[in-house]
Amino acid sequence: MASATGQRAANLREPAGWRRTKNRIATIAMWIAFVLVIVPLGFVLYTVIAKGASVISWQFLTSEIPPSVLPANVGGMGPAVLGTIEITALAAVLAVPLGVLGAIYLNEYGGRNWLTSFIGFMADVMTGVPSIIMGLFIFAVWVLHFGFSGLAGAFALGCLMLPIVIRSTQEMLRLVPDSLREGSYALGASKSRVTLTVAVPAALGGIVSGVLLAVARAAGETAPLLFTILTVTAANPNVFSGANTSLPSQIFVNASSPYPGAQARGWGAALTLIAIAFILMIAARFITARFARYQH
Amino acid sequence: MEQPQPHAAAKVELPKPAALQETRPRKTSAEPGTLIFDVQNVSIFYGPFKAVTDVTMPIYENEITAFIGSSGSGKSTVLRSFNRMNDLVPGARVEGEMSYRGESLYDGDVSATAVRRRIGMVFQKPNPFPKSIYDNVAYGPRINGIRSKRKLDAIVENSLRKAALWDEVKNRLNSSGLSLSGGQAQRLCIARTIAVEPDVVLMDEPASALDPIATHAIEDLMLELKQQYTIVVVTHNMQQATRVSDRTAVFYVLTDEKSDTRTGVLVEYGTTEQIFQDPQDPRTQAYVTGRMG
Amino acid sequence: MSAATQADQAAPGAIPAGGLIGRRGLADRSFQWLALAAGLLVLVILVLIAASTTQQAASWFSAEGWGIFGTVWDPAANKFGATPFIYGTAITGIIALVMAVPVSVAIALLLTEVVPFRLARPIVYVVDLLAVVPSVVWGLWGILVFAPWIQHIYASIGSAVNGIPVLGSLFGPPTSGASFFTAGIILAFMITPIVTSLSREVIATVPAVDREGAYALGATRWEMIRGVVWPHSQGGVVGAVLLGLGRAMGETIAAALVIGSSPSITSHLFATGYNMPAVIANQFGESTGVFKAGLMGLGVLLFAFTIIVNVLARGAVERSARRKRGA
Repeated sequence: MASATGQRAANLREPAGWRRTKNRIATIAMWIAFVLVIVPLGFVLYTVIAKGASVISWQFLTSEIPPSVLPANVGGMGPAVLGTIEITALAAVLAVPLGVLGAIYLNEYGGRNWLTSFIGFMADVMTGVPSIIMGLFIFAVWVLHFGFSGLAGAFALGCLMLPIVIRSTQEMLRLVPDSLREGSYALGASKSRVTLTVAVPAALGGIVSGVLLAVARAAGETAPLLFTILTVTAANPNVFSGANTSLPSQIFVNASSPYPGAQARGWGAALTLIAIAFILMIAARFITARFARYQH
Repeated sequence: MEQPQPHAAAKVELPKPAALQETRPRKTSAEPGTLIFDVQNVSIFYGPFKAVTDVTMPIYENEITAFIGSSGSGKSTVLRSFNRMNDLVPGARVEGEMSYRGESLYDGDVSATAVRRRIGMVFQKPNPFPKSIYDNVAYGPRINGIRSKRKLDAIVENSLRKAALWDEVKNRLNSSGLSLSGGQAQRLCIARTIAVEPDVVLMDEPASALDPIATHAIEDLMLELKQQYTIVVVTHNMQQATRVSDRTAVFYVLTDEKSDTRTGVLVEYGTTEQIFQDPQDPRTQAYVTGRMG
Repeated sequence: MSAATQADQAAPGAIPAGGLIGRRGLADRSFQWLALAAGLLVLVILVLIAASTTQQAASWFSAEGWGIFGTVWDPAANKFGATPFIYGTAITGIIALVMAVPVSVAIALLLTEVVPFRLARPIVYVVDLLAVVPSVVWGLWGILVFAPWIQHIYASIGSAVNGIPVLGSLFGPPTSGASFFTAGIILAFMITPIVTSLSREVIATVPAVDREGAYALGATRWEMIRGVVWPHSQGGVVGAVLLGLGRAMGETIAAALVIGSSPSITSHLFATGYNMPAVIANQFGESTGVFKAGLMGLGVLLFAFTIIVNVLARGAVERSARRKRGA
């Protein structure tokens, strides 16, 4: 291959042999990793849909919870659906305003001092606290004094949602350009007015989207509810007093049950729960696409 | 050179080519009106950095005063101190006396929001709120407590007319303020500013982000507005200064060789005619002759 | 406008009698305090959690003293040593990490280095779908479908390695599908989304100029990743891994259903076991007295461990981000 001058001819093909092989192997390994993720996901979704679909019906979503021993076509998960909706909604009512206010403090008033960074850091740390701890906490400070109730469960779920809402709202506020705030200040608005009438409305799409994702997360949580609502099977529309139930709680109970009827109802509840989470996720993405003006 | 006929809907006239443009500055009456701003030995600090040193000047009613000078010479800093916008910068501090119609602007118990209700500001880059055109203009009156729809409708129409924007947007007041072109958006911001009926309108390079036609429209607007308001405008465009302003303040960056610090100073102030045709300070001479347009 | 001062309420444009004087409105100041209170709520809740759970666990601490780290947990015999659960939490966490981290980092690299921009979105959606599945559904599927199936696999592996020194004790024959290993696998599925997403953020901050520099020298993609991406994002990826560990340690319901629910300290990974959150979930309801206090105490320990791990994790991510910003 040597030319007349003794130099090797330019080799424009890929690097030879071992280097190219290593590269190929690496790329294949990365794709295999992705497949390794799809497979269990696919199995779970397939199983839930297959086993749950045969049980799901409007009647399922509204009927009483029967004793576990009864077969699949009897009863349903009505009380659990009611409980999930009520308790999660109450948790959102508690956590969202406080979370948005907290984010307003961090982004609009906090500036760059150490307290703001510390609170933000601890909010991040708090998102990693196991949800069962929130349940134990509310048990210790509320249930021991006031008994089990949907409200206690809402407190626990609210503690779970709070740092998530704070961080995502703070991020959305950060993306609103300062020139908007300046325009409002220049018209003689006070800081609270600037924040509430210009900054928050400008970030609203992103804020709502973040809240929906937090709600989806809370709706699926079981552990915080274990010691706060004391899973029962009777429907309890009064969320402020008396034990209650929820979809994840019932799934937990039915998963350990030996009866096929209870297990089938469990699959139905699982499908319902995943459907709720999925709808909320889609809604969040939709709102982001249509309404979030300032994005990354 | 034949002037193109103005389009019926637009109030903008196409400008003459630069070579034929009138460069002779406007005549200003030697007798100034009421003193609006009285600036006495004002220095402005951002933390330890002295941005502006020892500025003294008067601003008179119903005139357009232009601040010109090179970048970093403190023009915008002084402008923003008129409506306490520098308060938003942590560590900003004003020394000296600055008063508005005889009232001190920086006394301890002066309310910045009260100041800004009377002294409005238009920014370099148009910043309409992500609300409807109507809500943009109605924003100021609303925070002043005006709730009646009838009154708000009147104020919105009035302000948009004064800003020469009404005809273009009257049929789409509910569309978003962000849907306007640059020149329209800036006129919207002007309408928004005058909707609260301020006394003074400050303008920080209002046309520098706009194309020449839009610039021309803004300048016409300024000349109309000065009958009712006092206008102070920061501009990089000296022809703009000669076209619209009655008085001109020339700023300059003073570098201290020994301490390697920079600060902005006012080197000359007078009627626009005098500044451009008979500049006294050599630095003014260098600036107005060295940079045309 | 109730809190506006006299100066503010005068007709716009005119100078009122009071001039420009005015204090900040009451509403404006109250709002600031309200926002501050909401912000501090995070710190307040964390402190209250620590205080209330510790107080509830007090009788366990006093009854056992240092015996809280004992190796036997037997309520009937009034022995409440926490070590079997700490061991279980550690083992399942390690198993989960060993499986999830390579996969997550590989997917993160796939998304940042290999896949064209438009294809990245759907892949991210799929990975995020893993996170949409609630913990209890993972547990339901885990115990009713996955565990019975994998028990056969355990049995085959168990008989295959029978007698071999190290492997034999790690992977002996199982008693059921529920075990440390099963829990570890399910936890791996669950922590993959967060480790992937955080690793991806970290890897994406590697400057393009460094990547291009490697390519310009004729490096293959893999060589570029090893030589440029890895050194840059090491710290951040460690943070992502720690975050995954924290998540795995605290994941309760899925573990409660598939771990086998029997406290044991054994190297046999296919054996049934227990971990901290799972035992709390399963037994708190019927516990009383010192038993209950003990479970609360496990909660305190779990809280402490996860706080430490999360602080380290966020610190690592923060430091890596700061280095990139050049601070």
